[in-house]
Amino acid sequence: MAALRQIAFYGKGGIGKSTTSQNTLASMSHYFDKNIMIVGCDPKADSTRLILHEKAQNTILQLAAEMGTVEDLELEDALKPGAGIFAPEAPGGWINCTESGGPEPGVGCAGRGVITAINFLEEEGAYEEEGLDFVSYDVLGDVVCGGFAMPIREGKAQEIYIVMSGEMMAMYAANNISKGILKYANTGGVRLAGLICNARMTDFEYDLACALAEDLGTHMIHFVPRNNIVQRAEIRRMTVVEYSPKSDQALEYKELARKIILNDYKIIPTPLEMDDLEELIMKFGLDLEADEDNIGKGEAEA
Amino acid sequence: MGPESLEAKQKAAVEEVLKAYPAKAAKNRAKHLGVGSPEDESQKTCGNVRSNKKTVPGVMSQRGCAYAGSKGVVWGPVKDMVHISHGPIGCGQYSRAGRRNYYIGTTGVDTFVTMNFSSDFQEKDIVFGGDKKLDKCLHEIDELFPLNNGITVQSECPIGLIGDDINATSKMYSKKTGHTIVPVNCEGFRGVSQSLGHHIANDTIRDYVFEGNAPILGDPIEATEYDVAIIGDYNIGGDAWSSRILLEEMGLRVTAQWSGDATLKEMVQTQKVKLNLLHCYRSMNYISRHMEKEYGIPWVEYNFFGPSQTIKSLRKIAAFFDESIQEKCEEVIKKYQPMIDAVTEKYRPRLEGKQVMLFVGGLRPRHVIGAYEDLGMEVIGTGYEFAHDDDYKRTKDEIFRSTVIYDDVNEYELEAFVKKLQPDLVASGIKEKYVFQKMGLPYRQMHSWDYSGPYHGYDGFAIFAADMDLAINSPVWGHSKAPWDKEGEV
Repeated sequence: MAALRQIAFYGKGGIGKSTTSQNTLASMSHYFDKNIMIVGCDPKADSTRLILHEKAQNTILQLAAEMGTVEDLELEDALKPGAGIFAPEAPGGWINCTESGGPEPGVGCAGRGVITAINFLEEEGAYEEEGLDFVSYDVLGDVVCGGFAMPIREGKAQEIYIVMSGEMMAMYAANNISKGILKYANTGGVRLAGLICNARMTDFEYDLACALAEDLGTHMIHFVPRNNIVQRAEIRRMTVVEYSPKSDQALEYKELARKIILNDYKIIPTPLEMDDLEELIMKFGLDLEADEDNIGKGEAEA
Repeated sequence: MGPESLEAKQKAAVEEVLKAYPAKAAKNRAKHLGVGSPEDESQKTCGNVRSNKKTVPGVMSQRGCAYAGSKGVVWGPVKDMVHISHGPIGCGQYSRAGRRNYYIGTTGVDTFVTMNFSSDFQEKDIVFGGDKKLDKCLHEIDELFPLNNGITVQSECPIGLIGDDINATSKMYSKKTGHTIVPVNCEGFRGVSQSLGHHIANDTIRDYVFEGNAPILGDPIEATEYDVAIIGDYNIGGDAWSSRILLEEMGLRVTAQWSGDATLKEMVQTQKVKLNLLHCYRSMNYISRHMEKEYGIPWVEYNFFGPSQTIKSLRKIAAFFDESIQEKCEEVIKKYQPMIDAVTEKYRPRLEGKQVMLFVGGLRPRHVIGAYEDLGMEVIGTGYEFAHDDDYKRTKDEIFRSTVIYDDVNEYELEAFVKKLQPDLVASGIKEKYVFQKMGLPYRQMHSWDYSGPYHGYDGFAIFAADMDLAINSPVWGHSKAPWDKEGEV
């Protein structure tokens, strides 16, 4: 049996991390027979709904709070097998799902919640499940504090995939996350494994994503085109792979899954300075709008 | 030993102590070590030491934290209030009843000082926030201890880290019940020592006791011309009581004691006194200045350690009042003189010329010097854990001779100074005690008086003298040498 691989998806809030990661992991399981555990690390707890066909699963922290302490919680209460084609008894690989959960917005410490949840999974032996090939962490927006860096500390995720798009803010975030990876790369061995461009159909998106990847020292592992079928599948709380396995979009995720499984290009990122990042964006034809003289001018003026 | 002067010896000791440090640490610590001289007018602070700065990382400092300053010192002794240690259990449990703040009352019924109230934070409280738990604590306390007159919420570190809004929770509960709830943001990581905790606690007294319109419980005190308040006496071993009787004998009325044996009721009405008598300047000068500014109450520092300082202070206090008080003051001094003479007569010959090194907290590093000198003892080194420059300025007036001054002294330095200067007695805190006793040196613990006291006032001086004699002249020190180190023994 191959060694367990631990991967994580990071990216700007709202970029489509949870959707992209669930569709990709679904493909890895369905087309390539991989057995996967998804660890949602977001208080919103929406990293597993497409696999479970559920609104939101009971989170580790919510269950622990109800029972009094996390020590009272059993693994089977918090770790749920996937539904449909991802169930253990269905052919192909299986997917197990768990969510760390966390506090309501504005109170408590969500970062500590992530640490507590991952410690719990470790102590309860969730990583030692027979036949487990991949563990995947889906982490909220940005590496804002130590808690959200927990999945990339030593012994946890070794490969990071950053979900981004051609939008400026998504690129800023990708660069910031690279800084977080860099911090832990030397102590814990975490590596940047590639950018996943979840297309927004902005100008020069493909070229920009490739250029940013190159500057960070990595590659754009896949360009996922925009397709409404993703939304249609989501309404049914399903991944595209399960909703419409023959569709073009399902094949895109299949290709991304194949690339991730075969990926061995893992590097310590070289994050850009802010000025360099601005320059990069100007280089790609956006210079008409971003010309020094035009900064701060409205569309009609320029 | 040659005719080396004490001052030269002390200066050499400072230099030698600094030699052990790497350059950066030496540069930092050099500012905190000096030799104070009572005559040297050029010294801005005593020995020109700097203070109230961050401790050098890696050394064994004896300092506490902001929580210790608020819960342990200022608020903790207020006896009719419940003080919640808000956070994980350790801070509350290990600070419980350690300071020997004596009080009168039935513990668990109308007084609560030696009890530990903690919100006992668990992992889930960190993750989901502890405000709901705090609200529950407030309800439970009022249900179980209905005679409490108010509750303070003493924040431990995690509260500040996760950003719990204890102020809002306290306000809501207070509004609903009319009860005085005082949230104190005294997280331990704030500031360089417990000193910031004193300041924060003083500010909450201002905001919640004075300006928060805490209700006057029971009958209001009727003000007289001779009302005073004792500020900054924590009644350790009964210190405030042995001070209070002297003030009352000279015709003054002590209507409030802050905060040893204090009640919220008397604190609220302190605004009516004519004079605030400030004992621990460091921990309560803030609120004294506030009362001076807002209510026009003057304050005066006093020192009731040893007869010389006590007499000086009694006269200083009497000078604020009319002749009847001044006359009675002289009567008090006269009355106790025979007792003091007897004490001095008995102990002075046994202690004369013995040298002492001190290292304590708020005011004792300077205040107790006079008491030792009254017994013929010589203080040759002193320093504070968490003083500011104004404390060291005041120290200059209290020293009698060349004195080594060490600010925030660490374990290594104090040990090195003691070895170098060979005092007959070391008087410091609980953490240093056994180091020196194992060296075969007499030691007195000067934070809680080594389970003795009181040391304030005339009665206190008699106990102080006896304790110092017991420490220094105990036959036990004759047995501290191992048999094989002794001459003439097998």
